[in-house]
Amino acid sequence: MAEKKIRIDPITRIEGHAEVVIQLNEDDSVREALFKVVEFRGFEKFTEGRPFYEMPQITSRACGICPVAHLLASVKACDQITGVAPPKTAVMLRRLMNMGQIIQSHALNFYHLSGPDLLMGFDSDPAKRNIFGLIDSQPSLAMRGIRLRKFGQEIIEKVAGKKIHPGEWMRPGGAKWPLTQERVDYLQSFLPEALDATTKTLDMWKQMLDGLQEEVEHFGNFPTHYMGLVTPDGGLEHYDGKIRIMDPQGKVAAECVDPTKYADFIGEAVEPWSYMKFPYFKAVGYPDGAYRVGPLPRLNVASYCGTPLADEEFKWFKKLGKNGVVQSTFHYHTARLIEILYCIETVKQLLEDPQILSKHVTSNVQVNNFEGVGVAEAPRGTLIHHYKVDEEGMITYNNMIIATENSNIAYNMAITQVAKKYVKARELQEGMLNRVEAVIRAFDPCLSCATHAIGQMPLDIRLFDASGRLLDRKLR
Amino acid sequence: MWFYGCSGCHMSFLDLDERLVDLAKVATLVHSPIVDIKHFPPDVALTLIEGAVANVEQVETLREVRKRTKLLVSLGDCAVTGNVTALRNAWEHGDRAVLERAYADPSNLNAQIPNLVPKLLDYARPLHEIVKIDHYIPGCPPNADQIYYVVGELLAGRQPVMEGRSKYG
Repeated sequence: MAEKKIRIDPITRIEGHAEVVIQLNEDDSVREALFKVVEFRGFEKFTEGRPFYEMPQITSRACGICPVAHLLASVKACDQITGVAPPKTAVMLRRLMNMGQIIQSHALNFYHLSGPDLLMGFDSDPAKRNIFGLIDSQPSLAMRGIRLRKFGQEIIEKVAGKKIHPGEWMRPGGAKWPLTQERVDYLQSFLPEALDATTKTLDMWKQMLDGLQEEVEHFGNFPTHYMGLVTPDGGLEHYDGKIRIMDPQGKVAAECVDPTKYADFIGEAVEPWSYMKFPYFKAVGYPDGAYRVGPLPRLNVASYCGTPLADEEFKWFKKLGKNGVVQSTFHYHTARLIEILYCIETVKQLLEDPQILSKHVTSNVQVNNFEGVGVAEAPRGTLIHHYKVDEEGMITYNNMIIATENSNIAYNMAITQVAKKYVKARELQEGMLNRVEAVIRAFDPCLSCATHAIGQMPLDIRLFDASGRLLDRKLR
Repeated sequence: MWFYGCSGCHMSFLDLDERLVDLAKVATLVHSPIVDIKHFPPDVALTLIEGAVANVEQVETLREVRKRTKLLVSLGDCAVTGNVTALRNAWEHGDRAVLERAYADPSNLNAQIPNLVPKLLDYARPLHEIVKIDHYIPGCPPNADQIYYVVGELLAGRQPVMEGRSKYG
């Protein structure tokens, strides 16, 4: 007997190429939904034999949205291979560019990608439901998002010389050149506008949430474990610190203080229907050891943010869930906005510290160790690069666990929940399927990262009956 | 559109920032990963493609897009040369080599090579090895100024002059 299923291909307004297959029961109700990632490049293999100092440049090409996260995880692994600590100013500059990246990436998701659903409506005209439609219908709102993203991109450019793939600047042991007063002045002059845009967006979002309680209830609202970096005393952290894994009730399940031990905590499973692997928390096993990463889990695992305005919002955020654990994937949007606020405040602090202008930004390095693991928080969550090298510093082993990949089991749980709630197979509407896509957008996946690949095909939804006969077909 | 790349060229397009508003006045974006019309329409004036061709479906898609668009531009180094996506071409049957390393390695649970997904080509290819390309914008990625210049010239019916305007990497 043929299986009954609905395909959504591709998921649009996400970064990367994926499709959803919704499996139906005999009575056409939804049985489950699968998130299929269908592209793959193969960084872990083709970097073998290359000099370790090339790794930041090459591996950051995994992703054009969060190249900075790859640069950081990669260069931190390379720092370990050299056994040398970078100067304090280099670390400050790396942190600064990471803040820029998170600002631009979160703004991109909220305004350019998810914004059309949230600000124009899930059922609005698909031909206009995009950033250009938003420019057309709500120009000042769209411009606010465009300018906020621009601020983040310009931080990266001013620090490292280029908005996308600024790998030339990054080097094991530090960075290639220092920051100038002129550039600090420019970024400081942009700060008030960015802060204003963010607080206005947060205020608007809080008002909108009253009308979005159904989405909060049904868009990926379930218990899982959560993972993210925290400072030694449990604060929000994106560059260094320890990996904390929290259980669904809000208790700390594990802490990985030494990042080289990540494989003691995390395993990776493979399924034949997706190029994206399925990491799981080893203490619980596969697939019950599902955990989520990214903005919402970061706020769940942290006990505070560490900047005044963000901490105010953090207190409010914690009340959205039981025991301070917010489990609805829809609140990734909320967490993203609070993180932008945190990042802007942190940018301000970093720029005000005179040491940011020190000319000493690099240590002299050579190969002293044969293995290194670098961990950083990408916009989408915890990112791990693990390298081994030979005596010449040539790569012999590369393993990358990518932010988006970490939440893979939860993606499948989330789309199944949304499909069960909204998809009525006998009277299929475009808006029903757009909601399935929207919960994926809430996670903000980065699939060229996750499979180290990308691509695209037209949307083709086909509805088959139990004998495999085509009942209905929609093209978009 | 994007094939096997990193989306960085699309992000560079979004780096047009305020100029996106100007662009929207002279052109309509009919098909893209950032819009919801998922079927590539006929009679398109200009198409930019990022990424190398590296699986069997993309070869078909590219040929179909070539038929439906007047001008086709290779956007960025992966489309123009294969770039990072083509690093796997150093191996004979690079497709097997990368898949085995990532999925069949015994450190994975259920180690296996996924087979219910599009099949990779033996070698990753630049676009012009498959179809005729009208214009090239190198760069990893090309910056927003370069993209704006080329799109502006092509929409105005002029031939862009790339000398001194762009470089690889």
